[in-house]
Amino acid sequence: MPMLQPATVLTRHIEQLYQQHSRQVLATLIRLLGDFDRAEDALQEAFSAALVQWPLTGVPASPVPWLISTGRFKAIDKLRQQQRFVSDGETVLAQIASDEADDSFVLQMDQQQWPDDYLRLVFTCCHPALSMEAQLALTLREVCGLTTEQIARAFLQTPSTIAQRIVRAKQKIKAAAIPYQVPPPQQLAPRLQAVHKVIYLLFNEGYSMPGNQSVSDDGMLQADLAQQAIDLAKQLLALHFDTESCGLLALLLLQHARRQARFTAHGELILLPEQQRQLWDQVLISEGIRHVETALASGRIGPYAIQAAIAAVHSESTDSASTDWPQIHALYQLLHRLEPTPVVALNQLVAFSMCHGPAAALLQLPPLLADENLAQYHLLFAVAADFHRQLGQNSEALIFYRQALLLATNPADQQFLQQRLLELSAP
Amino acid sequence: MKYLCLVYSNEQLLHSLPESPKDAECQAYAGQVAQSGRMLAAEALQGVATATTVRMRAGQVLLSDGPFAETKEQLAGFYLIEARDLNEALHLAAGIPAARVGCVEVRPVRQLVV
Repeated sequence: MPMLQPATVLTRHIEQLYQQHSRQVLATLIRLLGDFDRAEDALQEAFSAALVQWPLTGVPASPVPWLISTGRFKAIDKLRQQQRFVSDGETVLAQIASDEADDSFVLQMDQQQWPDDYLRLVFTCCHPALSMEAQLALTLREVCGLTTEQIARAFLQTPSTIAQRIVRAKQKIKAAAIPYQVPPPQQLAPRLQAVHKVIYLLFNEGYSMPGNQSVSDDGMLQADLAQQAIDLAKQLLALHFDTESCGLLALLLLQHARRQARFTAHGELILLPEQQRQLWDQVLISEGIRHVETALASGRIGPYAIQAAIAAVHSESTDSASTDWPQIHALYQLLHRLEPTPVVALNQLVAFSMCHGPAAALLQLPPLLADENLAQYHLLFAVAADFHRQLGQNSEALIFYRQALLLATNPADQQFLQQRLLELSAP
Repeated sequence: MKYLCLVYSNEQLLHSLPESPKDAECQAYAGQVAQSGRMLAAEALQGVATATTVRMRAGQVLLSDGPFAETKEQLAGFYLIEARDLNEALHLAAGIPAARVGCVEVRPVRQLVV
């Protein structure tokens, strides 16, 4: 016998269900209905129906199957009404309503597919056939359930730009027949990489802004992209174990642990050596280190796990001086073997300078300065400037800091470089 | 779903790079796709120097020498395939030997609304 609850308690319960399970309901509805928009409508209809019916009937014993089933029926009803006006209405209806007769049985069987439905949604939104911008927007909209307005704020775009991006992405999914599926084993590795990239970009998007901006000027709640990315990485790992998923989650947690120490009250960037490490979040650090250990123990080690291991070494040191720089340098060497990019080489050189001093590091700088891939990379010039500054070669340092300032685009980076220029120019 | 896979490459380089495919390899891959039952048509094309572009304007046929657009990469051939979905189409396209030196644009075929 279902329990009847006071209206406000019930409304809160339904809101909670929405927050916790609406993505699952949506993911399954997309599979059952074969269409993103139809499934989104059905999701809203299902929750509206719950708000009307549950005060009278009580909360069903299994609310999530109820919502999926109700959403599906509402969609079928709607298609029946529109059948005459939609060219392929009849075919679609035949496909999605075929197993209507034994709905409860079908849904029961379906529950085994739920984790896969969520993964199907993730893999479809992060399909490399979509532009990276579209993947990011679609993932935030469909997988994380953010509104178009929230996504627009997070990317400093207008809501109509984001809405258009999402509409176009959905059109491509439909027109080009991007399948709603978890890739088969032989394609899984590259497709997982694509998902990791989306999650990492989302995190960086949130991480590059000073914290405590959860409420914007007009009082609207700002989406915390870094937290969304972490939640997403957790979900992905829980549904499908993979070394790099584990390494990625570890990396995000360890970076996120430092967020309170990364900016001054005025939003100025504070670099790692100058951060107050007592502000680092020890709970996130131990959670991150646990995942690093799992990733490293699994044998097949990838770039995210190595970067996480580097972050873990920093997390275990009380300050820059007592950091195990030889280990960090060795990890960067390993990373450079997997990802021989100039940016990794630059990081490796910074670690080298911490082991052997700035003079030795300066000797290894010319090939990086000659690398055209780094010609626009402000951090290369900031690093070069810093080596000279440590050696007391102020005029060389000034030249490189000015070069870095010309290239820096992030306001926090610019402010930092201006500060360094001021310090060095002072008599 | 039908997909048209358009193979583009720089004509000057298509046959002269170390990883350039020989005709026999292209023939073999086409045969493989045909055997899988997914091939509707596939052909390699003569160079753009042999192309003639046709336009109808005000009832008049206008002819011009060469392809309609000057681009760095030219259409070198095509596959018209039947695939379950985009993933399958992309998988087939990735196997086209010329993809190693050029690129393959995969386009779903549109049903005319009549």
